[in-house]
Amino acid sequence: MLWIKNGIVVDPKNKINLEKMDIFVKNGKIVPESEIKKGDCKVIDASGKLVVAGGVDMHAHIAGGKINTGRTMRPEEMRVVRNIAGKFRASVGRVLLTAPAIGYEYAKMGYTTSFEAATPPVSSLHTHEELDSIPMIDKAALPVFGNWHLVFKCIEEKNIEKLKALVAWAIERSKGFGVKVVNPGGVEAWMYGGNVKNLDDQVPGFGVTPREIITWLIRANEELGLPHSVHLHCNNLGVPGNYQTTIESIKLAKGFKNEKRQVLHVTHVQFNAYSGSSWRDFGSGAAEIAKLVNSMDNVTIDMGQPIFGHATAMTGDAPFQFTLHKLLGARWSNKDTEVETGAGIVPIGYLPNNPVHAVQWAIGLELGLLTESDKVALTTDYPNGGPFTEYPYIMAMLMSKKMREGELKKVHQYVQKATNLPSIDVEKTLYEVIHMTRSLPARILGLENKGHLGIGADADIAIYNLNPLETDFSNGFEKVYKAFKVAEFTIKGGEVIVRNGELLKEVYGRTFWVDARKKVDLEVVMQDVKNYFQYYSLQLSNYGVEERWLKKPERLEVV
Amino acid sequence: MQDIVCTFCGSVCDDGEYDLKKKSVKKFCKLGSSKFAEKERIKAPMIDGKEVSYEEAIDKAVEILVNAKRPLLYGWASTANEAIRLGVILAEKLGGVYDQCASVCHAPGTLATIEEGVPGGTLGSVKNRADVVVFWGSNPMEAHPRHGMRYSISAKGLLVKDRKQRKVIVVDVRPTKTAKIADIFIQIKPGYDYAIFSALRAIISGNADAVPSEVGGVAKEKLIELADIMKNAKYGAILYGLGVTQSRGRDRNVENAIKLVQLLNRTTRWIIWPMRGHYNVVGAGEVPAWEVGYQYAIDFSRGYPRFSPAEFSAVEVLKRRDCDAALIVASDPVAHFPRIAVQHLKRIPVIQIDPYPNMTTLVAKIVIPSAVYGIEAEGTAYRMDCIPLRLKKIIETNYWTDEKILEEMLRRVEKFKG
Amino acid sequence: MAVVVELITGRTLDQGATVEEKLTEEYFKAVSYIELNQEDFKQLNLKEGDRVKVTTDFGEVVVFAKKAELPKGVVFIPMGPYANMVIDPATDGTGMPQFKGIKAKIEKTEEKVKTIKELLEAI
Repeated sequence: MLWIKNGIVVDPKNKINLEKMDIFVKNGKIVPESEIKKGDCKVIDASGKLVVAGGVDMHAHIAGGKINTGRTMRPEEMRVVRNIAGKFRASVGRVLLTAPAIGYEYAKMGYTTSFEAATPPVSSLHTHEELDSIPMIDKAALPVFGNWHLVFKCIEEKNIEKLKALVAWAIERSKGFGVKVVNPGGVEAWMYGGNVKNLDDQVPGFGVTPREIITWLIRANEELGLPHSVHLHCNNLGVPGNYQTTIESIKLAKGFKNEKRQVLHVTHVQFNAYSGSSWRDFGSGAAEIAKLVNSMDNVTIDMGQPIFGHATAMTGDAPFQFTLHKLLGARWSNKDTEVETGAGIVPIGYLPNNPVHAVQWAIGLELGLLTESDKVALTTDYPNGGPFTEYPYIMAMLMSKKMREGELKKVHQYVQKATNLPSIDVEKTLYEVIHMTRSLPARILGLENKGHLGIGADADIAIYNLNPLETDFSNGFEKVYKAFKVAEFTIKGGEVIVRNGELLKEVYGRTFWVDARKKVDLEVVMQDVKNYFQYYSLQLSNYGVEERWLKKPERLEVV
Repeated sequence: MQDIVCTFCGSVCDDGEYDLKKKSVKKFCKLGSSKFAEKERIKAPMIDGKEVSYEEAIDKAVEILVNAKRPLLYGWASTANEAIRLGVILAEKLGGVYDQCASVCHAPGTLATIEEGVPGGTLGSVKNRADVVVFWGSNPMEAHPRHGMRYSISAKGLLVKDRKQRKVIVVDVRPTKTAKIADIFIQIKPGYDYAIFSALRAIISGNADAVPSEVGGVAKEKLIELADIMKNAKYGAILYGLGVTQSRGRDRNVENAIKLVQLLNRTTRWIIWPMRGHYNVVGAGEVPAWEVGYQYAIDFSRGYPRFSPAEFSAVEVLKRRDCDAALIVASDPVAHFPRIAVQHLKRIPVIQIDPYPNMTTLVAKIVIPSAVYGIEAEGTAYRMDCIPLRLKKIIETNYWTDEKILEEMLRRVEKFKG
Repeated sequence: MAVVVELITGRTLDQGATVEEKLTEEYFKAVSYIELNQEDFKQLNLKEGDRVKVTTDFGEVVVFAKKAELPKGVVFIPMGPYANMVIDPATDGTGMPQFKGIKAKIEKTEEKVKTIKELLEAI
C-alpha cells in the first residue's frame, strides 16, 4: 500500500487541475482513502511536487523486425552507454535503444505504457518476443491491415461480415490490439515498383482503392466495437503537397460515430502535412489540417514531432523508404512480407540549418499548438522523428512561446515564410500538456485504466520535482524541461521503480491484446483464409501467437 | 502429428508429418529425416568423462565460468530464442564474449548490411512474385533441399504460377546440383564475385564500355545477357550463399551485390537475401540485437556490449588465446573452426551443452546433454527470412532443455555476482 | 607428381545428414574426401579411393580422392574437420576465415587417412 501525500495533482480525465490532494494505492490500483490502513502504507511526501498519471506513448516503434534491423544496420547507434551491467541490465543506444534501454528510459521519464505501432501479422511472434524483453512498462502492438490481400478480397466482395471476421481473427492470431493501416494500397503497388498517389487510385491486381480500404476498415472496426479506432498512416507520406491527401483521408471519418472515442486516428501527421509541389516550394499544411480536425468530433491525430539530431526512418511504408534512400543516398533496408505488407528502414538526421528539416520541425509544433488539446497526442513517431526521450522538450515548447522564439532563431529562416509557427501565440497549459501525454492517448487507445488517477485506475504514477503553482511555464521552460526529463518517482502498478531518475526496481509489465471473436462468426471467412494460405510460405496451423507463449498477456474481450 | 516444424536447416519447413510409432517423419528431405531419426545421444551429464547429475555438472560449469577472466559463449544457431536470450544475459553477467555460428557463415552479410542495408523480402514474396531467381554461390539442392520446391524454384505462387514462368540462374564456381536444374548456369572463377557484381552494375548503369571482354572467367556477352534478364525481370531475387561470404572479398562481395540490387530497384523490383544455414541462426543474431544491440562478436568485459568482429569473433578470440574458458551451446566449433582456433579450445576448459556427441564433446571438460528442440522441446525460432515459427514438442524426454540448463546457470551466476 | 589447384570447401547433402552424428563412420565418409576434375585426377594417376595429401600454406591433410564434375584446377572438400586442417584462418578483420579459394598442392600418398579422433589429436 502506498500513500502519496500532499502532491499537486493534475488529472485531466477526472477534471482535476492543480489540486493539492493525496493518492492511495493498493494491489496495483488507485483506491479511495477508506480502503487502506494508513499505518501500513509506505508514504511518499509529494509536497510542492507535481503528481500525474504515468505517461502513455500511443505510437512508437519499440519492438519487432523493423527496429531490430535498424539496430543491426546501425551499430554506431549502440555506442552510447546508458547503464553498465550490475543490478540492472546493461543498456545502450543513442536514439535506437536496446529492449532493456527502452523500458528503462521510458521509466526514468515517468512513462509507463507504450504501444508498438506496426507489426506484420505473420511476424507478430517476433514483435512479442521483443515486447516481452522490454522491462518496466505495459505494452501492446498494432497489426497492419492496409495492404493485405485478404483484406483487399473482402473489400472487393463488399462483404463486411467477412472483413469483420478477418479483422477479429487476425488480431487474435497476432495477439494484437487494433487495426493499423499504413499507406493503404501503396505498399502492394510497391511490389511492382510503384505507389498510389491519391485515394481513388486502383491498387494493382485488385479492384480496390485507398479510399475503400480506409472506409471499409473503419466500418469493420466500428461494428466490431474495438477499444481503439482505425490507426492510419496516410498515403503520400513525405511528399510535398500531401496535406491535401491527409485532409481527404480525415474526411473519410464523416458519417461514423462512436460515443467513447474517435473513429479514426491519423498518426504522425507532421510527415503528412506538407504543402507545395516540390522540395523547393515546400511548406506547411498544418493549419488546414488542424482546422479540419478541430471542426470534427470523431478524429484525433498525433504529432510525429521531429527532434533535431539523429533518427532512423522505419515504417511499413516501403515505397516511401526507397524514395528516402534515393533522396539521401543513405543505407536502405526493405522487407516485402508475404502477401501481407512490406517495410523499409533508412537512417536520417534532422539538421536545424536544413530548410526542409526546419520546416518539418515547425510543422510538428504547429500541429501540436493549433489542434485542440483534446485531439492531438504528443509523439515523435519514435525513432522516425527522433528519440522519445525528448518528449519533455516538446512539452516545454508547447507551453512556452519564449522558448519557441529562442529555438526559432537557431533554425533555417525558411520557416519564417513556409510555416505559421513564428506567429503562433498559443501557450498550452500544463493541464493540456498532461492531457496530451496521458489521458488523451489512453482514451484514443481505449485504455480505461490508463492515463488518469481516478479510483480503479492502474497505479502508474509519475511525480516530478516541479511545483506547478510556483512555476512560470512561459519563462521557466528550462526548469520545466529538466523536471520532465527525470521523474522524481515513477510508480508502476503500485511499485516505485524509479527514484530521482535512478532505476530502483526492475518489473515487467503486461501485454494487452484484444479478443473480438465473440462479435463475429469466424467461419464466414475461414474458407477464404484457408484458400489464400496457398500463397503463404508457412502452414495456417503454424500462423499466429498463443497466449501462453507470452510473458504477461492480458486479454481485453470485446463483447 | 501434422505440420511439424523442422529444426535442421534455415528453410524451417513446417509441413512435416510425424509418426509416433515409427519415430520418423514424412515429407521432409534427407536432412530433415535424419534430424528426426533416432541416433546416438549423450547419455548423461559428465565431468571429465564421469557421469554426474545435472545439478553437479551445472555447479561445476558455473564455478569455471565465474572464475574465468573472459569466457567465450559460442554456438546458439541450433537452439531456441528462449535459450539464446539467457545465453546473451549470461555473457553480459559474466563479462564474457558472445558469438554465434554466423561469424563463420553469413556474418559478412551483416557487415554488408551495416554498410548498405539489406533490400529483402520473405520467402513468400519469392514464391509468389519472383520471375527471376539467381542462386549466387548457394546450392540449395544440397544445403536446403526443399527450398526450391517450397519457395524458390518450382514453388507455385500467386503471380508466378509454376516452374515454367520462373527463370532460375545459378552463378557458381562449379556445376553444383542446383546448377543442373537451372535454366542458366554461369561458371565463374573462384574469388571473382566482386568483379562480376561490378561488371553487372556497370552494364546496367549504361557503362558497358568500361567492361573488359571477360570478367572472372565469364565472357562480356554473357554478362550483358545476364544484365538484360535482370533488368527485364518483374520481380527478381538474388539468394546468395557461402560462396559469396567465405571467399575472397567476403563482406565486400555482399556489399557489391546489394549495390547492384539498389540499382535494379530504380527500374524494376529486386530483393537480395542470404541462404542462412542452421534452423535458428537468424535467432542467434536477432535476439542479441534486441537485448544488447549487436548480432555477434560481442564483448562484455567492460560491463557493456562492444561489437568488433576483428577482436571478438570466436575465431579471432581463440586465435589470440583471448579467452580462458568456453561454453559451447548447440554447435561444434572443433569440427568447424580452423586448426589454430581449435588448438586453443583444446587448452582451456570447455563446457558443452548439446543433444548429440560431436568433436567438441571430445575436448569438453563438462558435457551437459539437452533436449532436441522441435522434437522434445518447444520454443521459438526464426526461419532464414526472419519469419518466426514455434517449434513443437512431440515426444517426452528426461533431458533438460537448453533453456532450463541456462536458467539454472544464470540463477547461480547471479548469486555469485550479486 | 603433384598438381597445384584452388581449394574450395562447402556443404553437401551427406555431410548435412550426418552432421549430428559426428563420431560415426558415416560422418567420416561424408567429410574425408576431396573431389578433383577428371584431368587433374588422371594427371595424378589416381584410382577411385586412392589417398592424396593436400598441402596449403596453413597445414596438410590426407583424404580420399574422388572424380567429380569440376573445372580443371578447382578441388572441393566438404566442410568439416579435414577441410579445416588446410583452410586459411586469416579473417581480414571480419571474423570469417577464408574457407574457399585457397591455393593447394595435391599429391598421391600412401599415408593413411586419419580417423576423426586421430585428426583431433594431431591438431
